[in-house]
Amino acid sequence: MAIKERMSGNEAVAFAIKQVNPDVMPAFPITPSTELPQFVSNYVANGKIDTEFIPVESEHSSMSAAMGASAAGARALTATSSCGLALMWEMLYVAASSRLPIALALVNRGLTGPLNINCEHSDSMGARDSGWLQVYAENNQEAYDNFIMAYRVAEHKDVRLPIMTCMDGFITSHAVENITLIEDDLVKKFVGEYEPEHYLLNEEEPMAVGPYAVSNYCMEAKRAQAQGMMNAKQVFLDVAKEFEQISGRKYGLFEEYKLDDAEYAVVGIGSAMGTAKDAIDALRAKGIKAGLLKVRVFRPFPGEEMAAALAGCKAIAIMDRCESYSGNGGPLGAELTSALYRAKSKAEIINVVYGLSGRDVKVEDFENLYGELADIAVNGVKDTQYRYLGLRE
Amino acid sequence: MENKTAFNFKEIQSRPERLAPGHRMCAGCGGTIAVRNVLKALHPGDKAVIGNATGCLEVSSFTYPYTSYEDSYIHSAFENAGATLSGVETAYIALKKKGKIKDNYKFITFGGDGGTYDIGLQSLSGAMERGHDMVYVCYDNGAYMNTGIQRSSATPMFADTTTTPAGSVSNGKPQSRKDLVAIMAAHHIPYTAQTTFIGNMKDLYVKAEKAIYTQGPAFLNIMAPCPRGWRFDAADTVDICKLAVETCYWPMYEVVDGKWILNYEPKKKLPVEDFLIKQGRFKHLFKTGNEYLIEQFQAEVDRRWEELKNKCNA
Repeated sequence: MAIKERMSGNEAVAFAIKQVNPDVMPAFPITPSTELPQFVSNYVANGKIDTEFIPVESEHSSMSAAMGASAAGARALTATSSCGLALMWEMLYVAASSRLPIALALVNRGLTGPLNINCEHSDSMGARDSGWLQVYAENNQEAYDNFIMAYRVAEHKDVRLPIMTCMDGFITSHAVENITLIEDDLVKKFVGEYEPEHYLLNEEEPMAVGPYAVSNYCMEAKRAQAQGMMNAKQVFLDVAKEFEQISGRKYGLFEEYKLDDAEYAVVGIGSAMGTAKDAIDALRAKGIKAGLLKVRVFRPFPGEEMAAALAGCKAIAIMDRCESYSGNGGPLGAELTSALYRAKSKAEIINVVYGLSGRDVKVEDFENLYGELADIAVNGVKDTQYRYLGLRE
Repeated sequence: MENKTAFNFKEIQSRPERLAPGHRMCAGCGGTIAVRNVLKALHPGDKAVIGNATGCLEVSSFTYPYTSYEDSYIHSAFENAGATLSGVETAYIALKKKGKIKDNYKFITFGGDGGTYDIGLQSLSGAMERGHDMVYVCYDNGAYMNTGIQRSSATPMFADTTTTPAGSVSNGKPQSRKDLVAIMAAHHIPYTAQTTFIGNMKDLYVKAEKAIYTQGPAFLNIMAPCPRGWRFDAADTVDICKLAVETCYWPMYEVVDGKWILNYEPKKKLPVEDFLIKQGRFKHLFKTGNEYLIEQFQAEVDRRWEELKNKCNA
């Protein structure tokens, strides 16, 4: 029987870590992910987990140690936020190119400037081209579920890439909500043992990791890595299907909420999409055909699939909780617009930057946004295509 | 006090090479001599995982698709050899606990002075402080040789490097060397030592063996001359090492459980210019009018030598 509980997002992910029981966790505290290493340390101190915790002196070292552990043949993970992820940056690329299936529980927080500890996706979005799989949660339930599925995707022989499971700082990580947990034995069976094919501590066959490679070899290595990323799309779906059997919860590459017949769609990531759903319910009651596409898997980017799901929409607002400083919109805006163009979409598109540094976004904001989309559908985009929501003038 | 550990030169040198020939390191490279001889100290039958910071050694000994290491090997980046190997060692603990590994493994990582004294100091400090059962070996050639002889905090005073060139208004590097061995000893780890290539490599072998087989973290600092960066003939590497030791520029000592032990004291301490004159990087010190620079260098060597002797006699 599934277990009904009340937990914060951090508690939920820590509980998932306990159930998965990985081998090695190096971590360094940073708000708002600090609770994750704390919970794990408590599990260790009370003999509730077999994980070896390494209290490293920095995030650069936590990713380095996670790489060492993973290459050695252990199931490794770490957790971080914001500047911590930024300090790991170099090693994110090395971990991915070494094809090490490390899990990183990321609690999204903005990168510094000014220093701020609240939710924003600029940390993980900055790392979007580092070769990591990225999966995002709307709430604590999804954060828990995503972590339980993480190693199955990352370790899959067609993928072999590290995975970042992301949830919104404070909004998800610290807010306590109802949650349904899966029994320990079911999780254990679902995740299985990690049996790498090649690893440093293989007594039968030594291995060398991290070569210097000249131009004759590098390009092929990068292409092979890209293939792992492409293969991950199907693996995400297959793992989700299996997960549904033990949880009853259904996951795809993204979630469609009243999108089938929607004329106006919002596309976005994370907790604010729950708020958008409330706005949609209110608008639908008034006969307005509003819908939502909530991105779950951002890497690999399911561009074709998203474009197909949005095919019937007249106007689309692509939401970015991240300023990419390109002068041309946010990362989701850029990538999805490109995918819609390739799919020959005729929809009007705006790219909305919102919620930076924890700026609140309310149901009314979404209602107004849908109103704007209805206007754009008729009259076209009059204002700038790339704009801010909730900015104090 | 000389090390008394049993040392059978023939037996040790007849052990199979764990750093295979065919790597691309330069002739006379001290780094290569350091690695070969440290790995000789692994007991036959014991397995090892070798770590490596980015540097000459890495790019020349693991050039895809060839590895020179008979053991498992990992390189991940420049500044994190300590942290990376600490992860490997922790994985060993976790997997051994689960019964997935039966053999004994040892963990040894190599970094140049760039990866150790400078960019990797934090990662090294963290790994040592946390008490991982591993050895960090610094092959100290006193500059960033892989990128083309830039100064490091291990570069000796007045050395001509590409970022401290000797010029019309410059005498080379203005600062003297960081005392990394003292910093490592201040971590109160069970074993810290400094050595180089002397005679039949007994001192190096004994220290490497102690470092590898002492439970807990150990740090080994090995002077590894670089013919290219120091500007000397590749055939002279071992002579340069001898002069470094006989002038007390590079003392041989160890810190065992907090006790400082001097392993070698020259009967007659040679003037430091005997060491300097062999190297092109100090050529400018021998110009007429620059005698005071050699005096300053000598004063620094003397000061540090006395300081070390005091620690060892305490």
